[in-house]
Amino acid sequence: MSEPILQVDRLQTHFETHSRPVKAVDGVNFTVRAGEILGLVGESGSGKSVTGFSIMGLVDHPGRVVGGSIRFDGQELVGLAGEQLRRYRGRRISMIFQDPMMTLNPVLRIDTQMVETLQAHQDISREAALERCRESLKMVGISAPEARLRNYPHQLSGGMRQRVAIAIALLNDPELIIADEPTTALDVTIQSQILAEVQRLVEQKGVAMILITHDLSVVAGLADRIAVMYAGRIVEQGPSDEIISAPRHPYTSGLIASVPSRNQRHQRLRQIPGMTPSMTHLPEGCPFHPRCPKAQDLCRSEPEDTWEGPRSWRCHFPVGKDESIWS
Amino acid sequence: MTAAEPLITLETVSKRFTRKLDVAERVARGFGARIQEQTVHAVDRVNLTVHKGEVVGLVGESGCGKSTLGRIVAGLHKPSEGRFLYKGVPVEQLQRRDAAHLALAIQMIFQDPMASLNPRLKAGQIIGEAVGAHKLVPRAEQKDYVAQMMQRVGLDPDYRARYPHQFSGGQRQRIGIARALAVKPEMLVCDESVAALDVSIQAQVLNLFMELQQDFGLTYLFISHDLGVVEHLSDRVVIMYLGRVVEQAPTAELFAAPNHPYTQALLEDVPRLEAGKRRFHPIKGEIPSPMDPPPGCHFHPRCPHAFDRCRVEQPALEEIAPGHFSACHLNSTPRPEQS
Repeated sequence: MSEPILQVDRLQTHFETHSRPVKAVDGVNFTVRAGEILGLVGESGSGKSVTGFSIMGLVDHPGRVVGGSIRFDGQELVGLAGEQLRRYRGRRISMIFQDPMMTLNPVLRIDTQMVETLQAHQDISREAALERCRESLKMVGISAPEARLRNYPHQLSGGMRQRVAIAIALLNDPELIIADEPTTALDVTIQSQILAEVQRLVEQKGVAMILITHDLSVVAGLADRIAVMYAGRIVEQGPSDEIISAPRHPYTSGLIASVPSRNQRHQRLRQIPGMTPSMTHLPEGCPFHPRCPKAQDLCRSEPEDTWEGPRSWRCHFPVGKDESIWS
Repeated sequence: MTAAEPLITLETVSKRFTRKLDVAERVARGFGARIQEQTVHAVDRVNLTVHKGEVVGLVGESGCGKSTLGRIVAGLHKPSEGRFLYKGVPVEQLQRRDAAHLALAIQMIFQDPMASLNPRLKAGQIIGEAVGAHKLVPRAEQKDYVAQMMQRVGLDPDYRARYPHQFSGGQRQRIGIARALAVKPEMLVCDESVAALDVSIQAQVLNLFMELQQDFGLTYLFISHDLGVVEHLSDRVVIMYLGRVVEQAPTAELFAAPNHPYTQALLEDVPRLEAGKRRFHPIKGEIPSPMDPPPGCHFHPRCPHAFDRCRVEQPALEEIAPGHFSACHLNSTPRPEQS
């Protein structure tokens, strides 16, 4: 196994508010290696996107990385700014967003935007840059790159825009791509096309990827490892197959149990009671304990990560093998 | 379930939306510019019957007309062509009292509860508004009735004085459901009603839908792009593509033996919660614009089996097995060798 390209250690990103800080990301640890896809899964407000933004240095006031470290290829990214940060952001680390209109400037043609991305980071002629753009568009499965280059974003369909956004993310041959819900806004058949491209690119180019999503079934077949977030913490992580077939944290187990699956039509779905806690009023100790069927008094104190081989979970009473805790 | 009487029937219903030309465009046309009014065939000659107590899942991708069809069923759109029958009677022939009854009998639950709840009304007012307007319960009992409805959908009646923004997404959806239930409907049209909810909350709301069906004998038209959800809930599934129904079958049969190439592709492409790396085999091409659909079978440019006839002739929806309908030329033509 190669050294991880990215090491995130006890990362804390907080947002200042009038009363007390919102701890959007609170002590997150994970690593990603070259050629590996890490699925970062969580519901709204779990801190999965803020984790991605923190790595990209995109957290703005009132938010701030208040603790922990983000090491990319041995270099500490926390605290970098200006020219130093630009050596990494957009060049060696790039990001794909849920809404491609967020990445694309609506009043510029695709070629202008793509050439700009290249020239911002490298000394390259317009001709050479355009050639790279065409290659990049072909790589994401766009069949007529020449014509697409002359289009404006509004002339493209949603799926095509997302392909262009991915092509832009690939332009500078990044070593790490952070994809934040890249297929959530797309239709099923288009989503499948994009996921197939993503899978192929990661395999061919050996790039590392963090795939942020709310949908466990998207990462189940795609990611090598999965990290599940709840209330700003990673509550469980490990190889995808093991997480899906034998979850140890009650929350992961509940998420999996509540997905409608085949052969149980019309039956009541197993559900997690209650709702996701407000980040301003988190329960004491393990933030999941008010919704957890296994909770006991001990759960009012915050559990530590337990490591077992490649897996870890943060729970006082992990789910056993074949144990069914949700009804 | 199939023996039940039809609750609603759509007969070759179409809905077209036309964008009128603005002043500048009309002037330009006066000077000879070739500007046409643009028409979208959102729903194109669709037949659909929903029986009493049945759950029909309506599946399709964006622009396929599923929401428009749902709105026609809920009475929010008038069809451009075709007939809409309620319990076998065309709606325009209904007596005034029956027409008023129909207006309440089919209720709609929307995708985004924040957009469908008035932010300036309290939850109790939202749920009680239609009840009061239609005088469904005596004024004195209205407060209790609203409390009862809130309890039924799993909301604390003490929250009646709160505004929509003070609830979570799942709770807001429950308010929308309580509002629909309060007028004692026979049928609910759910348009992507769980799509905006988190996974753990989605299961709660789906369970509520199933309980309500049992308790009130409700009929559902459940519109969704999520095949997993539709498979779980529906008795029968209807698949739409660019305004037309391409396949329709009992749920178990549709998922076991999909006939139409589009249905097959959809089922193949759905992400499944299964261990093990998967290979994606996506169908090629984009969803064409509903403003300018391809001729013949709308699906032919993306279809791996398309042959000459598909490019010119629209396939009819034909019964290929009892209760299983599909609109594909492959069913009436021997499969060409090269495919």
